[in-house]
Amino acid sequence: MKTNIPFAPHRRDFLKRGGAIMVGFSLASGGLAQQLGTRPVLPGSLNTNRMLDGWLRINADGTVTVFTGKVELGQCILTALAQIAAEELDVAYERVQMVSADTSRSPNEGMTAGSQSVENSGSALRYAAAEARGILLQLAGASLGVAADQLAVSDGTVSAGAVRTTYWELAQHANFKREATARVAPKPPAQHKIIGTSVKRRDIPHKVTGGIAYVQDLRLPGMVFGRVVRPASPRAQLESCDEAAVRALPGVVAVVRDGSFLAVAAGREEQAIKAAQVLRAGAKWKEAPDLPPQGMALFDHLQKLPSRDSLVNSKVSAQPGGGQVVTVDATYTRPYMCHASIGPSCAVAQIKDGKLTVWTHSQGVYPLRQHLARVMRMSEADVTAVHVEGSGCYGHNGADDVACDAALVARATGGRPVKLQWMREDEFGWEPYGSPMVMKLKARLDARGQVVDWQHDVWSHPHSTRPGGAGSNLLAGWHIANPLAMGAPANSPQPAGAADRNAVPLYEFPNQRVVLHYLPEMPLRTSALRTLGAYANVFALESFIDELAATANADAVEFRLRHLQDPRERAVIEAAARKAGWQSGHKGDGTRGRGIGFAKYKNLAAYVAVVADVEIDRRTGDVRVRKAAVDVVLLNRPDEKSLGTGEGSQGPTVAAIANAIANATGVRMRDLPFTRPRVKAALA
Amino acid sequence: MPTTIEVNGRQHTVDADGEAPLLYILRNDLKLKGARFGCGLGMCGACTVVIDGKAVQSCDISLAAAAGKRITTIEGIGSSDRMHALQSAFITEQAAQCGFCTSGIIMTAYALLQRNAHPSEAEIRAALDGNLCRCGTHVRILRAVQRAAGEGAV
Repeated sequence: MKTNIPFAPHRRDFLKRGGAIMVGFSLASGGLAQQLGTRPVLPGSLNTNRMLDGWLRINADGTVTVFTGKVELGQCILTALAQIAAEELDVAYERVQMVSADTSRSPNEGMTAGSQSVENSGSALRYAAAEARGILLQLAGASLGVAADQLAVSDGTVSAGAVRTTYWELAQHANFKREATARVAPKPPAQHKIIGTSVKRRDIPHKVTGGIAYVQDLRLPGMVFGRVVRPASPRAQLESCDEAAVRALPGVVAVVRDGSFLAVAAGREEQAIKAAQVLRAGAKWKEAPDLPPQGMALFDHLQKLPSRDSLVNSKVSAQPGGGQVVTVDATYTRPYMCHASIGPSCAVAQIKDGKLTVWTHSQGVYPLRQHLARVMRMSEADVTAVHVEGSGCYGHNGADDVACDAALVARATGGRPVKLQWMREDEFGWEPYGSPMVMKLKARLDARGQVVDWQHDVWSHPHSTRPGGAGSNLLAGWHIANPLAMGAPANSPQPAGAADRNAVPLYEFPNQRVVLHYLPEMPLRTSALRTLGAYANVFALESFIDELAATANADAVEFRLRHLQDPRERAVIEAAARKAGWQSGHKGDGTRGRGIGFAKYKNLAAYVAVVADVEIDRRTGDVRVRKAAVDVVLLNRPDEKSLGTGEGSQGPTVAAIANAIANATGVRMRDLPFTRPRVKAALA
Repeated sequence: MPTTIEVNGRQHTVDADGEAPLLYILRNDLKLKGARFGCGLGMCGACTVVIDGKAVQSCDISLAAAAGKRITTIEGIGSSDRMHALQSAFITEQAAQCGFCTSGIIMTAYALLQRNAHPSEAEIRAALDGNLCRCGTHVRILRAVQRAAGEGAV
């Protein structure tokens, strides 16, 4: 098997330097770059976590330990990363043991978010593992007296004819304490034996047999149970509470009152719940009734809030001359949305010898550690955050906040670990919500049915108030006696965007204008919920395209293709229509219909077209999706980087459903969600 | 006050308030972590166990009320070495995303298969109506239950 090692050591050097051989290369290559003051940009997260041994370790016992800063959320990322490492190292997938985000030992890869884990952690691991394989082959070649390019590797056994050695024998000599160079090319897709095959997920067996699978299941020696007591409105202040009465309850270990932060800990879980109920009943709060209006009034209210307006995108071309022009406009809305994780957020915290450890299902243990240290007035070096799975989160739920709650309670338990579990009402009441949004679209169509101009205005609160950055974005940090302010939220810039994600059409219009009305003041905290603004923007954009197609008496697929030139975009829509057996101009029968939705997630990632078939019960307003198909097609484009597909289908799916309802009934649903009463009322 | 309950064929005596929800007794005293807290109101199904043949939400029944009944948890139907057909079917069909709801779903399906070894798809859907899956794994869950039923699971 051919290898791509740029330089091979002489056997004499190997014998002379022994196990330290790679240090020489590390200094030679890294030192030169440093002297020149240039650090080459490395792939994915390798660029910011440059040491090879930060990514993997070959063990003498025949296993490989792989470290990642990304976390398992049920999206199978640890399985995928194990496949990647196994592939590049040429070892069996079963040998790879994954270590996930842990501030004491994993790379710092920030957040696990945005369908970027394969792109960033995966790329880093591909190059790190390929380079590690190269190092092992050099060692093998030197020890076997064979040129490295004469060696073959199979499941960690390196051989040339009859002579052989193994990674496990070489492990003690392999020095990965060196900066990665990314000079060893990963395998081309044609040589893949593990990537692209369907392996069984590693996490399911213990999840179906009662194993310790989640942070909620952790049980440490001496552990006590914590519960938090929060008021009825976000800015309420605690005036008084009866701490003494609660301390007298059975099992109570601690009552924590710090400013407006109120919590209890008890020896048994049901005792903690009971104590929290009594504490809540006796607490008096000064409420701050500044909640936003409910129902559709919310959306008028949003448009009146102070906004920071920015021109996201504009294109001005010459107007096509003559002919009649039709103007179409429509307003679409999305309300506040909960993440609604089925398991409310939970964390375990322990303070021992002045050091805090939290076990957390946060999506970013390093940013959490930073903000936790600020709230706790501790040095970051004294705080460790270890990821343990929680239930699915779909974005920024209460995971980080509950870790802070647990840490504050752990100060009062004399070194005993505290498991603090939010109750269902804590999660619904206090998790950051997905922002409500208003999308106003307006376009003009010429007599040929071509869009001549297009305007998309979107009103939205922030889509990320996660930990990281200035201040502290942990809930309890705002409520303690010595509070920390939330960092000023910022909208991520285009092309990915956040509130304006996917608001810029891919369709080719001669004139277009996309404006973001960003609403930084949040009466209710908002943050990242799956695909950020893309869900609502794609819903609006792709619904509106269908409305324009209907105005132009055109088929929905044909109308889209009419405005697309990019071959890959066209190919995705054409493939979806072909696979679904799309019939041009087919109208639904009043209860059944079909619709299509299309987007390229973030205008940067996966291209997705979805065709949905729906059936509507006009009597109840019940909408059933009979079939919606998403095919992930791996295109063999070795020159193009991997694109995350995780979130790409979400916006197109809701648009396809809205379009299918319109196709079936002629009624256009512009306000999410499509509840039974709403559909029923619209059809009446 | 000590209370004795029968879980997975064994008698356990626990010293806890009789009003304590069974869920916390199972998870904290008996170290049976398969039943999980989702809502505490008997509305999501994540804590489902089987009591005297019926799927019951263990957050919604007290220790005292569970005494004298036969309680089966997911740990009682099979282990990682000897899995129940439902457990292996959920692995074969990869019928979980985060998996937090999965134990409860398997236990509801277990109770269903006990009384109806060959349920129709409609019967499976009806039985699982009280078990929420927030990740959206429903189609795979249906396939897994059908697979287990097809293999003669009881």
